[in-house]
Parts: sequence; C-alpha cells; structure tokens
Amino acid sequence: MLLLRRDSFPLQSSDDIVKARQIVRTWAAELGFKLVDQTKIVTASSELARNAYDHGKGGIMIIEAIEDGDRKGLRLTFQDQGPGIPDIEQALKDGYSTSGGLGLGLGGAKRLVNEFHIESTVGKGTTVRIVKWV
Amino acid sequence: MEKQKSIVSLLKAKQDTILQEWEKEQFSAGKFRADLISPDELKQQMRDFWDSLLKALGQEERVDLSDEGWKPVRSLLTELSKSRAKLGFTPSETALFVFSLKKPIFQLIQDTFQNDPARLQKELWDLNTLLDSLGLFTTETYIRSKEEIIRRQQEEMLELSTPVVKIWEQIVAVPLIGTLDSARTQTVMENLLQEIVAASATVAIIDITGVPTVDTLVAQHLIKTVSAARLMGAECIISGIRPQIAQTMIHLGVSFQDITTKATLAEAIKYGLSQVGYRISKME
Repeated sequence: MLLLRRDSFPLQSSDDIVKARQIVRTWAAELGFKLVDQTKIVTASSELARNAYDHGKGGIMIIEAIEDGDRKGLRLTFQDQGPGIPDIEQALKDGYSTSGGLGLGLGGAKRLVNEFHIESTVGKGTTVRIVKWV
Repeated sequence: MEKQKSIVSLLKAKQDTILQEWEKEQFSAGKFRADLISPDELKQQMRDFWDSLLKALGQEERVDLSDEGWKPVRSLLTELSKSRAKLGFTPSETALFVFSLKKPIFQLIQDTFQNDPARLQKELWDLNTLLDSLGLFTTETYIRSKEEIIRRQQEEMLELSTPVVKIWEQIVAVPLIGTLDSARTQTVMENLLQEIVAASATVAIIDITGVPTVDTLVAQHLIKTVSAARLMGAECIISGIRPQIAQTMIHLGVSFQDITTKATLAEAIKYGLSQVGYRISKME
C-alpha cells in the first residue's frame, strides 16, 4: 500500500468538526470520489469527529490518501484520549447512545465505508480507522 | 522619580528632532499606507500619542500600563488600533506606529549617555521595555477588535441564514443553508415555531437543499424540530433531500419514517397547499 499524502487536524471544538468535514470533502473530490461516495465519507467523518470531540474530549484526525494496486482511497484515523469504550459491540449497536443521541453514529459510520477498525482501551482512549476506496 | 523626570525633560527638549525622525520613519517607503490614511491624520495621531506619552512618563514613576496615569495613552492606542483594524491595516503596520519610535529615541539616548555605559544600558532597556509593551498593546487591541468584527458577523449570519418565509395562508417555509451546528439549529427551531404561531400555520416546510451534510446530529435536530412543530398543531414537511443525502441516510440508518418528505421545495409547496385546501392549476 502506497501513501500518497498525509495530514492531521485537531478536533478541539465544534468548529474543528466543520473544518474536518470540509477537508475530507476536498480530498475526496480530488481523489475522484463520486458525489454519493463523497457524501458518505464526509458523513462518516462527521460522526467520528464528533465522537472524538464529544465523548473523547477532543482528539485528532489523520487524513491519508492511499493507493493499493490500481485503486485509490482515503484513510481516516480518529484518535482521542477519552474514557474509552467498555463494550464496543454494544456501542456499535443501532440505537445505543450514552449521550441522548440517535445512537446511529458509530454503526452508521461503519456502514458508510469499506473498512472499519476500532480500538479502545478504557481510561486510555479510542482510535477509529476507516478506509473508503474510490 | 528623579531619573524618570530627567528622561522626560530630555525627550521634551529634543522632541522636535525626535518627531522629525519618527515622521521620516513613518513616511518611509513601504511603510506609509497612503491608500488608508492621510498624512495629516497620521501626523495628528503621532502628535497626540507623543504628548500623552510624555505626560504619562512625567506622572508615573513606574512603567505599568495598567496604572491610572497611562490611561490616556491606552485609550489613544485603543482608538488607533481599532480604527486601523477597520481600515484594513495589517497587525504589523499597526504595531509599527509605536515601534518606529524606537530608532529616533534610542539614537538620542545613545548620543546623550555615550560616556556612561551603565546608565546608557539602563535607559535603553527601560525605554525598550516601554515601547515593546505599547507595541504589543496595539497588536492585542487590534486582534481583539478583529475578533469583535468576526463575532458580530457570525451573529448577523446566524440571523440572516434562517429566515422563515410565509408561502401562503397557513403555510410557512424555512430554507436551510450551510452547516447546521447546534447554535444555528436552535435559532432555526425557535424562529420556525414562533412563525408557526404568528402565521397560524398548519403546514411548515423545512427545505434542506442547501445543507451539505446530514449526519445523525443534524437528523436528530430535524426530528426534534418536526416533533415540536407537531405539538403546536403544524404538520412538517422536509424537502430538498438530494439523492446522495438519501443514500447516505439509508446507510446511516436514519429514517424520517413518519415525517412527510419531498425531493424538491416545489413538491413540498404543492403538497402543503393541497393540505390546506388549495390546488395549483394551469390557466386555461
């Protein structure tokens, strides 16, 4: 797998979530994503960025343009040093929310992308990595 | 006190030379913004600042900008920075107003105390500290007034971007544009509910054509608004759901199940009119 481009952005305020979305949209458009897929990855990033900000008390987003053989893609990593998720399976379940939200963010984000990887340690923080191929 | 006074009297005695040199600095190539300020205005500002600076130096023993004696200097610089921020000066250009005074003053101090190195160093250091803090003060004020401008514009935008329009008797619509953050959604919700009462509306259309991303938070805000409108006796229609948004929402798992949705605002208006007993038809 080839790394074409990499950058990282802070997620420390709700304005940062808006900025993160805009950056993901720009990169996705430049990589040649169709409008539907642009919208999907932007929406997924919005969910995960907000999770990192709301639940993880702020974190960072790493954005990478990657190439694997003849396909290109976008890899996003969301890291926070929040309280962590004790039961990931439960957190991924639709309708489960600890914050009064719809409880669709994490599971929804997973359904919007091609690859989804989550790692969480209670007391240490959470890292979510997603990939969407063009 | 003694020493301070002597510096003040020295500055006063040589003020013509200093002002002349300072003027030369201010008007030197690349520094003077003839497009933003007139020479007379700048000279007046320099004169005023110089007078208040000498006065403060003469009055106050310590150089502490928060002391009462420095108040005139502070308010003068505040005015200057604010007006410069509005006029479009850069922060550097604004701070340069003070910093360009360094050269003529330091020159004078150097000439005066060249035979007394210890004194020379002490005076240079004191004046340097003073001018630095005054320069930083202009920068801080400049940034604060810029922030003030941004904040005001944000508030204006918040108001501007959420107009509730009356479509027909009993029908109101709100076209949403841009990012729906929490503050804006709150404004939208309040405006819409108020307008429902004011217009005795029974149909409220929320058009999201201009919303680039509908994630779960936005969806939740929309659902809440619809529920609140419903409690007030108005039926809500969400229109302007573009194909890519629809597909994304399906994957997210968000459903607007018992909410009436339409692809376009035109469809929503047509449907709304039929709900209150009107029909759109072509003239024969």
